[in-house]
Amino acid sequence: MALDKSIRDKYRVVIGLEVHAQLLTESKFFCSDATVFGASPNTHISPISLGHPGTLPMLNKKAVDYAIKMGLACECSITEENIFARKNYFYPDLPKGYQVTQDKAPICLGGQVWIQAKGESEEKAIALNRIHMEEDAGKSIHTEDATDTLVDYNRAGVPLIEIVTEPDLRSADEAYSFLTEIRKLVRYLEICDGNMEEGSLRCDANVSVMLKDAKEYGSKVEVKNMNSIRNVHRAIEHEAERLIQLVESGEKVISETRDFDAATGTTSSLRTKEELNDYRYFPEPDLSPLIVNQSWVEEVKAQMPALPRELKRKFMEIYKLPEYDAQVLTDNKDFAMYFDAVCQETKNYKAASNWMMGTVKSYLNDKNINCREFPVSPKQLAGLIHLVEDNKVSNTVANQQIFVKMLEIKDADAESIAIEANLIQESSSENIQPIIDEVLSEMADKVKDYKSGRKGLIGLFVGEVMKRSKGKADPKKTNELLKQTLK
Amino acid sequence: MSINKKTLEKIAHLARLQFDEKSEERMLKDLNNMLSFVEKLQELETDHIEPLQSMTFESNQLREDKVKGQITHEDGLKNAPKKDDDYFRVPKVIE
Repeated sequence: MALDKSIRDKYRVVIGLEVHAQLLTESKFFCSDATVFGASPNTHISPISLGHPGTLPMLNKKAVDYAIKMGLACECSITEENIFARKNYFYPDLPKGYQVTQDKAPICLGGQVWIQAKGESEEKAIALNRIHMEEDAGKSIHTEDATDTLVDYNRAGVPLIEIVTEPDLRSADEAYSFLTEIRKLVRYLEICDGNMEEGSLRCDANVSVMLKDAKEYGSKVEVKNMNSIRNVHRAIEHEAERLIQLVESGEKVISETRDFDAATGTTSSLRTKEELNDYRYFPEPDLSPLIVNQSWVEEVKAQMPALPRELKRKFMEIYKLPEYDAQVLTDNKDFAMYFDAVCQETKNYKAASNWMMGTVKSYLNDKNINCREFPVSPKQLAGLIHLVEDNKVSNTVANQQIFVKMLEIKDADAESIAIEANLIQESSSENIQPIIDEVLSEMADKVKDYKSGRKGLIGLFVGEVMKRSKGKADPKKTNELLKQTLK
Repeated sequence: MSINKKTLEKIAHLARLQFDEKSEERMLKDLNNMLSFVEKLQELETDHIEPLQSMTFESNQLREDKVKGQITHEDGLKNAPKKDDDYFRVPKVIE
């Protein structure tokens, strides 16, 4: 679907997101069944999660802690008096016939998430409407079977938070950036694993289009079933164009829920909003009110880790790193914390950053491991950086020889490795100069050419000196000395 | 406030209830009786009274995040009208 840019530019795309995040608790929200992903069907169940009559729910404190954490990270105000509500609807994966959620008094109100979309030089705050807590439903499995749908209740009752934005997003790129930030935040806070493919992070997008000078939003369409951040981007991109084409051809946009098909990159209607469910919310009488007082909030605040945006700023302001470095270094919490630890051992921050983004990152990617499993300690890495900084070894030797040995020998010190393997480079002029003199006297012709203007020959001389020193001469120093001698 | 046939049908649909015309008449009458009974309460002046959200005076009935009290797969599926070795089976949901 190709839409002419001049037509597209007449419209503003308005997007609001609803993001569900499964909380990483051991047990469910209102009962003590395990929450582990991937268990055999219907093995983590109890009379409560199956909705048997006469059972009573009991709230998991950790789920509340986690919701507060997310609220604090997003600068929300934390609600003191929380009431749970029943959202009533019939669907086989909802055994009780209602979902316990929060309606009028969500745990977090307002707040914002800072994003920086692709190609933008400035950050933009995306306002949140709310974050509320609710329980997950079971899983319906639609097979080829002609008569039955299969239901697995392992997921029924797993705690979720739902993060609801204001309609502040203006492009698929912004939505992409928002979701990336949310995933980064929940992973930093360690409250959700952020895995969209497995459904522990899910996103629905409300999309509408309006002429740029219009006063009112257009009718919105809700798009579901996007199982990666990239697919959210694709779905919004597709939906925006589809809506613009509808409006351009004079058709009316119907408010409806649409299903995204990753195979084709298109959406199709699931149901119209006229069939909108009437959920008949009312306060859940089986749960007592939840009072989150200031001391509870303070207790959670004390457990908050440094957040990516703070770390990024710290890396730029204190370590004077370029924004690009700071961004890459803070993408992952363990990586950022490791880098920060290296910076406690060396003041050569830029070199540390280069090591992290280059050699360390490619090693981690290669082995497909997390920074926590990285065998070299921050102190060891700093030792290696010092070695290069003091001109004792070249960058190449550090990367290709010493780093490789450090991975093999536990707790090995970079300098000891270098000495043992005879890798310390020669940078004293007393030792290099004689080799230089020897080389130049043997290559008198080339020296003549050099002196008559073929300055490129310096490389040849350096190479020869390096060779005769068995690679140990400091190339920088050699270069310097050669130039002096050839004057 | 009174309930007309259309509202009744909507409520019935939401509760997945079905009844014949005769029962419908009776249901309408009953529901309207109940509403007018409760409407009596509307006469009370409640402007300065906080809404009652919960019938208990307790708050923060919390539990620690520990796994316990699960039942076996077999026990869980025991009372299901239709099942197989792994799943509860329900009439096909078409959406």
